[in-house]
Amino acid sequence: MNNQAIEHSTAPEREVATDIFRRGLIASPVLLALAIIFWGLSGLACAGIALGIILTNFLAGAWIIDWAVKISPQLLMSAVLGGFVLRMAIITGVVLPIRNQEWFEILPFGLILIFSHLGLLIWETRYVSATLKYPGLKPRVKRQMRKKSLD
Amino acid sequence: MLSLIASTISILAAAVTEGEGLKAIGAGLGYGLAAIGPGIGIGIVVGAAIDAMTRQPESAGTARTTMFLGIAFTEALALIGFVVFILLLP
Repeated sequence: MNNQAIEHSTAPEREVATDIFRRGLIASPVLLALAIIFWGLSGLACAGIALGIILTNFLAGAWIIDWAVKISPQLLMSAVLGGFVLRMAIITGVVLPIRNQEWFEILPFGLILIFSHLGLLIWETRYVSATLKYPGLKPRVKRQMRKKSLD
Repeated sequence: MLSLIASTISILAAAVTEGEGLKAIGAGLGYGLAAIGPGIGIGIVVGAAIDAMTRQPESAGTARTTMFLGIAFTEALALIGFVVFILLLP
């Protein structure tokens, strides 16, 4: 396997995760407003926790892949599967202690956890599909070309 | 060995009679089963991505992007299982 080619490429999953994080920050005021309208302050807290879990999960997943690919592609499989188990364990560990609190509302938490995860992914996939099909549309390519022309 | 089986049966019997314990067993089993599917799916996705990167190292970036999105979509199933687990827990 040509490890060098993989090593010297950029970190696309980190770019995708950062993009998802940015989109999540853009969408979060709307989701938090909906949560506070329907469930009050407790809904707001639960929605905030769910959003935090989702966005951190994306970043952690990307970081694990990036770290494993840099070391060796052989490590990728174990790192991704181990990372999946670890992240699920962390999410469970975060939610289990607070689920019996008086302010914890399962409905806004569950809805925002599932729908924001899927929604952000679908939003990002539309963008990624377009850039894979039309690489010239990538904003970064344009910026690099402009920089080269200035040099 | 027999004592272990007997104690397990007595624990299960207590859980059945109480109802709450049965819910907890169901929740735990549900979460575990819901995590198996994504685990297999992630294995397939990463295996295919490694295969693609090995065959065409120049397209590793595309393979990694698609792999990351595939993993994230597969993880949604585990998250649904997690929410059901929290819902079922007594």
